[in-house]
Amino acid sequence: MKPAPFAYFAPRSLDEALALLQEHGYEAKLLAGGQSLIPAMNFRLAQPAALIDINRIDALSFLEPASDGGLRIGAMTRQRTVERSALVAERAPLLHATMPFIAHMQIRNRGTLGGNLAHADPASELPAVMVALGARFRLQSQRGARWVNAADFYVGLFATTLEADEMLVEIAVPPLPPRTGWSIQEIARRRGDYAIVGVAATATLNADGRCHAARLVYLSVGEGPIQAHDAVAALHGQAPTAAVIAAAMRGASQRIEPLGDIHATPAYRRQLIEVLGRRALTEAFARVQPT
Amino acid sequence: MTELYPVQLTVNGMAYARTIEPRLLLSDFLRHELGLTGTHVGCEHGSCGACTVLMDGQAVRSCILFAVQADGHEITTVEGLAANSARLHPLQEAFRAAHGLQCGYCTPGFLMTLIPFLEENPTPSEAEIRDALSGNICRCTGYQNIVDAVLKVEIGD
Repeated sequence: MKPAPFAYFAPRSLDEALALLQEHGYEAKLLAGGQSLIPAMNFRLAQPAALIDINRIDALSFLEPASDGGLRIGAMTRQRTVERSALVAERAPLLHATMPFIAHMQIRNRGTLGGNLAHADPASELPAVMVALGARFRLQSQRGARWVNAADFYVGLFATTLEADEMLVEIAVPPLPPRTGWSIQEIARRRGDYAIVGVAATATLNADGRCHAARLVYLSVGEGPIQAHDAVAALHGQAPTAAVIAAAMRGASQRIEPLGDIHATPAYRRQLIEVLGRRALTEAFARVQPT
Repeated sequence: MTELYPVQLTVNGMAYARTIEPRLLLSDFLRHELGLTGTHVGCEHGSCGACTVLMDGQAVRSCILFAVQADGHEITTVEGLAANSARLHPLQEAFRAAHGLQCGYCTPGFLMTLIPFLEENPTPSEAEIRDALSGNICRCTGYQNIVDAVLKVEIGD
């Protein structure tokens, strides 16, 4: 239960960190909060040749209002800071409501928003929430910077579109559109455990009270955040009555194929996909403020 | 032998300087380099909470932090709670009075989790206490007497 040796770098600036990343590539791991990486290193599931500790780069830690009414959040902002931010509660209530689900307070004190998102754990709440919110990620390397939609960032099990020399440096969370509600639901055996199934939802009504747009994004049911596109398509243009939501979810839960593990069988997960999806959509639509 | 790194940090108000391997966990640094064996190591992967210490006043798990990361920071361990050997910290006193431990292995982690929690919320409800303690595992008590201890504690006497 001790990590293998590694070369350690603690750059003070982003430029310095990107130069190190350029030099070491996939041989190096970025050390953000370390709350997933260091356990993996203790187990020797991960044995990076080098660690680039980005905790001393102050410029990566910020949480600001964006001009579009949303948020700009530096990748090294601690999860606990996001959890306690009044600005996040006001501008991204779904993100605010999600934070207490993430592990435990001691973990959130160290864990960072960007570290969690780049780790791409399929059981993590934050990737699903960022997809549901339509967030965008800024990826930077010495070659330059690019913005990627959260939905396009996740490409498989613990896999993202990050290149070997790139770092996730900023998260842009857009404001919720008018007449939009949200929900986060999950089932875990104990507080702070990985969810057996979880789901984040956003739902927008048009002026007639019919579903204009929605996102329903699951965690712990596949290789990354899994969107229930069929359920959303079935809701489009419909008044979101209990019967409409139930019918949409019955279809959708048949199209997601969760795996079984020590915690739950595929059948139980499929049951939770339907039930939690129904609850999330019901709550999201109920939260829509009439304009 | 890998390259060694110098670190300077404050632990329980005392300044320490050491030269260490970067892979040395903060928990092992406290126990083996400084001899502060009050910080206990349970699971060593951030699940059990036994190794919880304060870093700049915030509860963190010392088994999933490298000691090099504590360079320049302030650490508080369970040894830093009591003002002197004759007088326990009020929270320790409350644990003793309520019998909030049996084997005691997990106790330092519970105490260090509760210190910043009670600073922010000196009169928590039982539900808030249970939520705050959700990241600490105790295999003896069933938690009831730990919760009782927190309900009865009077900090700042």
